[in-house]
Amino acid sequence: MAIHTQVWRAVYGKSADAIEKSVENVDESIRAIICIPRLFPFTFGHVDGLPLSNNVSPTTVANTASLLRIVAFGLISAAAIASRLFAVINFESIIHEFDPWFNYRATRVLAAKGFYEFWNWFDPTAWYPLGRVVGGTVYPGLMATSGVIYNFLHYFNLPVDIRNICVLLAPGFSALTAWATYMFTTEMKDSSAGLLAAAFIGIVPGYISRSVAGSYDNEAIAIFLLMITFYLWIAALKQGSALYGTLAAVFYFYMVAAWGGYAFITNMIPVHALVLLLMGRFSGRLYVAYCSWYAIGTLSSMQVPFVGFQPVRTSEHMGALGVFGLLQIVAFASLVRSHLSSKQFQDLLTVSVISMGLLGAGAFIVMTYKGWIAPWTGRFYSLWDTGYAKKYIPIIASVSEHQPTAWPSFFMDLQFLIFLFPAGVVLCFRDLRDEHVFVIIYAVVASYFAGVMVRLMLTLTPVVCVSAAVALSTLLDIYVDVAEPAVPENENSSANGTGAATADAKKAKKNAAVGSQAGPNAAAAASSTLSDIVNAAKSSSKSSPSKQKGIWGADARLVIILNAIGMLVYFVFHCTWVTANAYSSPSVVLASSNPDGSQHLIDDYREAYYWLRMNTPQDAVVMSWWDYGYQIAGMADRGTLVDNNTWNNTHIATVGKAMSSPEEIAYPILRQHDVDYVLVIFGGLLGYSGDDINKFLWMVRIAQGVWPDEIQEPNYFTPTGEYRVDERASDAMKNSLMYKMSYYRFAELYGNGNAIDRVRNQNIPKIGPTLDYVEEAFTSENWIVRIFKVRKEDPLGRDLKSANAFAQGKKRKRSKPVSRRRAVV
Amino acid sequence: MAPKSASSIKSTSAVQTLFDAYTSQTSSRLKFIDAFLVFLILSGVLQFSYCVLVTNFPFNAFLGGFSSTVGQFVLTASLRSQVNPENKGVYKEVSRERAFADFVFGSIVLHFFVYNFLG
Repeated sequence: MAIHTQVWRAVYGKSADAIEKSVENVDESIRAIICIPRLFPFTFGHVDGLPLSNNVSPTTVANTASLLRIVAFGLISAAAIASRLFAVINFESIIHEFDPWFNYRATRVLAAKGFYEFWNWFDPTAWYPLGRVVGGTVYPGLMATSGVIYNFLHYFNLPVDIRNICVLLAPGFSALTAWATYMFTTEMKDSSAGLLAAAFIGIVPGYISRSVAGSYDNEAIAIFLLMITFYLWIAALKQGSALYGTLAAVFYFYMVAAWGGYAFITNMIPVHALVLLLMGRFSGRLYVAYCSWYAIGTLSSMQVPFVGFQPVRTSEHMGALGVFGLLQIVAFASLVRSHLSSKQFQDLLTVSVISMGLLGAGAFIVMTYKGWIAPWTGRFYSLWDTGYAKKYIPIIASVSEHQPTAWPSFFMDLQFLIFLFPAGVVLCFRDLRDEHVFVIIYAVVASYFAGVMVRLMLTLTPVVCVSAAVALSTLLDIYVDVAEPAVPENENSSANGTGAATADAKKAKKNAAVGSQAGPNAAAAASSTLSDIVNAAKSSSKSSPSKQKGIWGADARLVIILNAIGMLVYFVFHCTWVTANAYSSPSVVLASSNPDGSQHLIDDYREAYYWLRMNTPQDAVVMSWWDYGYQIAGMADRGTLVDNNTWNNTHIATVGKAMSSPEEIAYPILRQHDVDYVLVIFGGLLGYSGDDINKFLWMVRIAQGVWPDEIQEPNYFTPTGEYRVDERASDAMKNSLMYKMSYYRFAELYGNGNAIDRVRNQNIPKIGPTLDYVEEAFTSENWIVRIFKVRKEDPLGRDLKSANAFAQGKKRKRSKPVSRRRAVV
Repeated sequence: MAPKSASSIKSTSAVQTLFDAYTSQTSSRLKFIDAFLVFLILSGVLQFSYCVLVTNFPFNAFLGGFSSTVGQFVLTASLRSQVNPENKGVYKEVSRERAFADFVFGSIVLHFFVYNFLG
C-alpha cells in the first residue's frame, strides 16, 4: 500500500502534503485494479502492481485466468498419463510384477461373473490345500473400480478388453491425483501453487514408481483417494461444513475399500484435530468437520469385510475414537461456558475433568484387560522398531519394499523437491492456519515413515510435492512480481553512481546528500522528485521498515528466475529418465540390449508359465517360493502352495523347509501337499540377481522360525561365514533341494570350460548335484525358470534313491532322463 | 459425556445457574433440537447397556444401531452449532439453509450405511 503511494508521489513530483487527499483516492483505485490479478496469481502474478489497461473488464480477466488454468491442467494431466506409458511402449500392454497379477485375476472374475460371485469367490487353488476366501480377504476397491469402468464402457458398446482397463487404470488415476493435489494445495496457498503441485505429483518418480501403466496395484488408486480425502477434510475444517465432512467420509470409505494404508488417514486426521485442540484452536468448525467425518467414516469402513470390526476393536483405530470423545466433551464444555460466568464454569470444569479422567482411564484399562481391544500388530511394531520385523516376523522383513530407505533413493524419487520440501514446511509456519498445521504434521509423520520403509516413500511424495510447490510458488511470486520497491531504478542511477538504494534510513539520508550535490546538474523537477522520494522513503521506513525490502533491477530477478526454471527443467529430465529406465520394467519381461544396441526381450517367465498351462493337468499343484504364487495362478492357472498374500506363516515356512532340506526330508513334505511340480527361479546363467538362490536365506530364516531344531541359518554359510555356492559351499547348502534344483546339470552347459554363476561370480563344481526324488521337466530359454516334476512313489516300495541307483546300475545306457530342455546358447 | 452428572456441593449452584441460563437464553428452535439430542443420548445409553449387560450377539446389528444414534447425534449437534445465532462469526460460508441441507445429506449417507450394516 505504502509502496504504491510512494510510486504515485514519485511520478507526480508534488509535495506529500499537497497531494495527501488525492493520493488516498487514487490509491484506492490502484488497489482495486491490482486486486484482480491477486485472485489469479498464476496467470497474472507478474502484472501484480501494474495497472491493467482500462478496457479489460474484471470478468474477462477472470475468464482468461480460469481458461489458462484449465489448459495448464489439461497439459499436466496429459504429461502425467503420457510419462506412465513408457512401460507399454517399451514392452507391451502387460500386467506387471507380482501382486497386480492377483488383482488382475480377481478383476477378471469380477468382470466375467459379476459382483456377487466375486464377493463369494472361494479360490481352491491358492494356498493348497487350504484355499482362500478371496471375497473376505481382499480390499475390493481396485477391482470394483475396474469392474465399474468395464461395465460402463460395455454399456456404451465399447468392447475394451479388461486387461487394457487394468493396465491403464493407474495412469488414468494419476491425472485425478494431480487434480486432488491441485485442490489440496490451493487450500494451502493459491491456485498457482496448486498448479505447480499438480505438475510435480504428475511426474515425480516417487509416485510413478507405483503407478506406471500395468502396475495394477492398490496404490494406483489409493494415492488419489488419500489426497482427495485430505482435501475434503481441509475444506470441511475451513468451512465447518458437514457436507464436506460427509464427502470426506465417503472417500475415506473408498480408501478403506482400496488399500490397507487407510490407517494413515485414520490416524492423520485425529492427530491434526488433537493438535488443533491443544493449540487452543477448538471451534465449531472443527467439531462439525471431525465428527461428521468420524461418525460416518468409521461406520462405512466396517462395511468392508476384510476390515470388519477392526475400527472398534484394534488399537490402531482407538486414537480416532479417543479424539472423537474428547471433541464431544470440549464442545459440550464450550456450550456450557456460553451460558455461565467464568467462576462457576471453573468450578464445574474441575469437578468434571477429574471425574471424566478417572472414568476414561478405568474404562480403557478394563477394556484392554478383558481383551476387547486387540493389541498392536506386528506390522505396526515394525514401523517403530526397524529391527523388530527381522527378529520376530522374518516374512515381513523378507519383502524388499519393507526395508529401510537408503538415502540416495530420496533424491532418486524426489530430486530437487526434497530440498524445497523443508522450505515449504517452514513457509507453512509463517501464517500458521489450521490447514498449515495439517501439512506440518503430515510432513513430519510421513518423513519418518518414509525413512523406515521404502514403500512408504509413496505417502511422503504428495506432501513433498505440496510443500515444494508452496515454496517455489512463493519464490516466484516475489521474483516475478515486476513492481519495484519505492525507488525507481532509472531515477536512482541517473542521480548518483552508487545506485544502491537500500532499506535503512541512514542510507536514504546519504542518498539525499548525494542527490542535493548533484542537484544543480539535474533538472529542477528531477531534484524535487528525488527529495520527495527520499522523504517518502524516510517516512515509510519509520512507519514500516519491512515494506522497504525488495528486489531492484531485472538482473537480480533474472538470476533467481532462470535458476528456478533451470531446476524445473532438470527435474523434468530427471523424472523422464528415471521413469523410462528404472520404473517402467514389468519384471515379468526383462529387457537387455544386443551387441548392436537394439533391445532384446527376455521372456522366460511367460514361456515357463505357458508351458505349465499347456502341459500339465488342470489340477496340478506347483510349489514355488511365495513371490511367484500370484504369477503362477494368474498366468499358468495352476494351484499353488503359497502366494503373495502371505497370511499363513506356517505354510510359507513349510515351503521354506522343503526348499532348504535335503531331498529325503523334502520329499514327504512334497507328497503330503500333493505337489506335482516345483518351480525355481535361477539367474546364474544370465546374471539375473533376483533369483531364488539370493532369496534362499529368507526361506531358511522363515523355516527356522517354525522349526528351529531342524533348520539353522549358520549351516548354510561356509565356516568362514561366507555365502557360497561353489565347491566350498556348506553341506547343508549343497544338499538342499533349492541348490540341487538350481544347479542341476548347470556345469554340463559349459562343456569343459568353467561353469560360472554370473550372479554370484563363483565357479560351480564340475560334478553337479544329482536328483532322485524330482526330475527335470522344463527349463526356459535362459534358464531363469526351471520346473521339476515330483516323482511318484516307487511301485515296488523302495525309496526312490535306491530305486534310481538300481535303475542306473542295470541300464547304464538310459541313465539320463529325457530332457525337455531346449538347446541353449 | 455429561459433566452434569458430576455432583458436588460446590457445583450444585452452578448447575442451577446453568439450567436457568439455558432456559432463558436459548431459542425454542434450539430447544427442539436439544430435545432430539437428549432422546438420542437415551437411545444410545439404552443400546449400549443392552450390549454390555445382556448380549452383543449380532454385533453388527448393535454397531449399526449404536452408530446410527451416535452419527445422528453428532450431525444434529453440528446442525445445532451451525444454526446457533451466537456462532454466526464461526460459520461464514454456511447459511442456515445450507446447514440443514448438509444435515440431510449427512443423515442420508449415514443411514444408507446403517441399513447396509444391519444385515
